Amino acid sequence: MAVDTPSQSVAKAAGDVARGRSRGTGKPRSAAKRSLSTHWYAWAMVAPVIIVIAVIIGYPLIRGIYLSLTNANERNVARSIGVNEIPATYEFVGLDNYADALTGSQFLSTLGWTLLWTVACVSLTFALGLALANILNRKIAGRSAYRLMLILPWAVPGFVSVFAWRFLYNQDNGLLNKILAGGGIDAVPWLNDPTWAKFSVILVNVWLGIPFMMVALLGGLQSIPSEMYEAAEMDGANAWQRFRHITMPGLRSVSTTVILLSTIWTFNMFPVIFLLTRGGPGEATQILVTQAYKFSFEVSPRDFAQSSTWGVLILVLLMLFAAVYRRVLRKQGEVW
Amino acid sequence: MRRGIAATALVAALGVTLAACGSDSGSNGGGSKGSGELSGTVTWWDTSTVGSEDKVFKKVAEDFKKKHPKVTVKYVNVPFGEAQNKFKNAAQSGSGAPDVIRSEVAWTPEFADLGYLAPLDGTAALKSADDFLPQAAASTKYNGKTYGVPQVIDSMGIFYNKKIFKDAGVEVPKTIDELKTVSAKIKQKTGKTGLYLRGDDAYWFLSFLYGEGGDLVDAEKKTVTIDNEAGVKGFKVVKDLVDSGAAKTDATDGWNNMQTAFKDGKAAMMINGPWAVADTYAGKEFKDKANLGIAPVPAGSHGQGAPQGGHNLAVYAGSKNLDASYAFAEYMTSAETQATVAKELSLLPTRQSVYIKPDVATNEMIMFFKPVVDKAVERPWIPETGSLFAPLVTEYTKVLTGQTSPDAGAKATGDAYRKLLKDWK
Repeated sequence: MAVDTPSQSVAKAAGDVARGRSRGTGKPRSAAKRSLSTHWYAWAMVAPVIIVIAVIIGYPLIRGIYLSLTNANERNVARSIGVNEIPATYEFVGLDNYADALTGSQFLSTLGWTLLWTVACVSLTFALGLALANILNRKIAGRSAYRLMLILPWAVPGFVSVFAWRFLYNQDNGLLNKILAGGGIDAVPWLNDPTWAKFSVILVNVWLGIPFMMVALLGGLQSIPSEMYEAAEMDGANAWQRFRHITMPGLRSVSTTVILLSTIWTFNMFPVIFLLTRGGPGEATQILVTQAYKFSFEVSPRDFAQSSTWGVLILVLLMLFAAVYRRVLRKQGEVW
Repeated sequence: MRRGIAATALVAALGVTLAACGSDSGSNGGGSKGSGELSGTVTWWDTSTVGSEDKVFKKVAEDFKKKHPKVTVKYVNVPFGEAQNKFKNAAQSGSGAPDVIRSEVAWTPEFADLGYLAPLDGTAALKSADDFLPQAAASTKYNGKTYGVPQVIDSMGIFYNKKIFKDAGVEVPKTIDELKTVSAKIKQKTGKTGLYLRGDDAYWFLSFLYGEGGDLVDAEKKTVTIDNEAGVKGFKVVKDLVDSGAAKTDATDGWNNMQTAFKDGKAAMMINGPWAVADTYAGKEFKDKANLGIAPVPAGSHGQGAPQGGHNLAVYAGSKNLDASYAFAEYMTSAETQATVAKELSLLPTRQSVYIKPDVATNEMIMFFKPVVDKAVERPWIPETGSLFAPLVTEYTKVLTGQTSPDAGAKATGDAYRKLLKDWK
């Protein structure tokens, strides 16, 4: 989110200058000059951020879009290794990569599973997070201890917990199967069967995502005035009615935001898939980002063009989603 | 003033980041300027098995200092499965690449073709090159130049637990059919798994493919052969082994689970190569080394065939310390070093002169594998050989886990190969 703040302010500042010019007050240049002289401090402050963003986001983005329009791979990009100077020989191929991706079966089938994965993860995380937030919003004994424990998955670095899960899931030597064996149940192929693997990766991602949902929703719950619940109780509303007509509308602004964020994060949740299954078995759990990574770093020769094409398509899909989501919310009268 | 502090902090942070980017990782300069004495640092990426082989290789590599006191060897163990891509990434970007890499035989022509390796003809790296086994030297040649020095050579065989075989009253299977009956008998008598077949690495599939008369590609005729009748049959054989319960497989953590199962006596057989010997001896079932039996891979309907593999030492073309790197590659592949490694790890030397040394000539594992290597199936040493495994392993795992049929799996692999090898049939 730190990324948005400066870029918005830049856009605003730039807008001011542009308006100044188009208004045609006769002294456009001095307006710009005046803006610079009065706001030089602001410009100086945002300059490092603009430079950093241009370097770490702008350049890779433009380069990625450019590569997606070529046939660049490991064998034809420029390399300079000691005495060997090899010039670039890749060519511009227009939209061929996009046509291949969108007409081939691989992109669409991967997209299908990515959507299923996103919807399953976000809805489960949201439902469980909401339930836990409601429980922990009541005055129960040891409330802060529970809250602390439920935040733990968030406090542990993601890759550490994913590795821990990998050990738990190990079919021959994992703890989960040892416990099941104690109950006389046959070993479950957690990560070795395509369907089970899908289930397993979703489970881990839900486990990882609950703390964020819970904390955000708990904050939302606490901002709902308790007088409303009291009044409703006086009017004879039961628990479900209070939840449905006070809690849900009260959480609206928080939940729309966390659902949007969670969707974007889950759609691109690289570490869970990569570290648990590497997209396997076969390609059963490969989502769009892990497949794009595979093109660029795992197949040989490494296919930079196809990888960037998938990257750009992911960006477009997420932007479309955000735009549609915003529109729907605005139609429902949400100011966002 | 709060803003001012934040801005200063930002600028400082930026400065630190840029400085970090600019610093040169990898080797220091050095070499043999002037005096003729080697100096500087040589970084070596080893890919040997962690926990057993790596200790020996680290010690041997660092002993290079005894011969060249001014050279420091930096030993880095990179997991074998990641090393190929990691090296390509580092080599292309020009930062973080090692001076010397232990390059698998199939990677060597690929790295050479991409321009990442220094040619070694006429350098100190190649000493008495006539001594190398011809099969081992074959993979180091590309376009008439030599890009690697053979370090070890290997093939595959059946490792079996003699005690379990005795308990079940069975003999070592010589064919796939015998393998199935032996496995069933072991299961019935001892309750243990017959064969552990790695499902996440297609190298373990090759002996079954060769057994049915199949191959990945035919480089002479420029034909993709993985999806012909014999190739499909190879896929059917492994699928049948897993489905019939003769073999157990694992599609995510194959190496560790296979080694653990075999070392703990839960599986009676595995197919493996010399690189697994030291690790297997460390298991509780093999405290008495005599309990580990070894036999040729079971024959398929066409005959017997195991892949020929091995590793070369290659020098990165962008190394800042080429002279010391050449000397290091020579040292690691010298007859003396190979004899030490053979004695401690039962790895097969690449020099003919080492096989007649007393410690080596009495090593049971080496004496078993030497004739196997002589008859092993060689892969074509073309640049694309290093690329053939990625599509194969995906389809191999899909077939084993029932996501696709042997026919469809073979066909998908063949299609991927034809995309890779332009104009091949």
